[in-house]
Amino acid sequence: MNSLRWSTFAAPSRFYALVNALNPWLWAVAIGLALAALYIGFFVAPVDATQGNSYRIIFIHVPAAWLSMVLYLAMAFWAAIGWMLNARMASMLARAIAPTGAMFTFVALWTGSFWGKPTWGTWWVWDARLTSELILLFLYLGYIALVSSIDDVVRGDKSGAVLAIVGAVNVPIIYFSVVWWNTLHQGATISATAAPKMAQTMLLAMLLMTLSFWAYAFAVVFTRAQALAVERERHAEWVRSAAGKELQ
Amino acid sequence: MMWSSASEFFAMGGYALYVWGAYAVCLAVMLVEPWLARRQRREALIAASRPEEESQ
Repeated sequence: MNSLRWSTFAAPSRFYALVNALNPWLWAVAIGLALAALYIGFFVAPVDATQGNSYRIIFIHVPAAWLSMVLYLAMAFWAAIGWMLNARMASMLARAIAPTGAMFTFVALWTGSFWGKPTWGTWWVWDARLTSELILLFLYLGYIALVSSIDDVVRGDKSGAVLAIVGAVNVPIIYFSVVWWNTLHQGATISATAAPKMAQTMLLAMLLMTLSFWAYAFAVVFTRAQALAVERERHAEWVRSAAGKELQ
Repeated sequence: MMWSSASEFFAMGGYALYVWGAYAVCLAVMLVEPWLARRQRREALIAASRPEEESQ
């Protein structure tokens, strides 16, 4: 067992095999929790006293917004590890996270817009929370465009790491924007220091959906990291055997 | 039961466009993204299994 160290799965071949074993479980968790969250969110959680049924957008809006920020920090973290320690799999993970982070940022903006229209009377406003979240989307897209425009893989990883790390300053700005500025967007619904300002069932649906989105993010990011590992190690023996097994 | 009929459920108290517009787009992108990732992996495996001279 002492060959199983933290760095074991840093080898692309082992990472690839681990993901193949893990992903069916991640998908089962993601789908199961999403169905539970939807059931509680639409059939158990009561109608909101002031917003009526429009508030039910919260069950995807808040989880997507959380994931958009957490995934950016994860991307910056793995990009930094890949850069400093020359860890190949870490750099691939950073690249694999970017599209999923961009997708969740888009979902947060889209669902927020569809919630803002009935509650604020407008699809969009240049409020600090909304604007900083839009910048997050541009950071993700800028990262993707940058790393894919550089043919040299190692140079691309390094340049991407610089952009990802510098851009990470935007994440606390998004998070605290509702505290630092007067925003149309409401403050945090739940925090570590105060009791949640919502019904237990609403909170439960939101947290289950968050866990579902987490499992989804792991599964999709891992699949994309597998693709990157195959692309980069196309001549390796493990790629040939994986191709032989999976391309029937 | 919170909803007395299916049509009441789909009407979402007059917020159908907003609630279903948000959920539909969320579901659509969360179906397309895994499909794209799987396709990327499959194409990488196909490219890797081609003979050397073709892959360059």
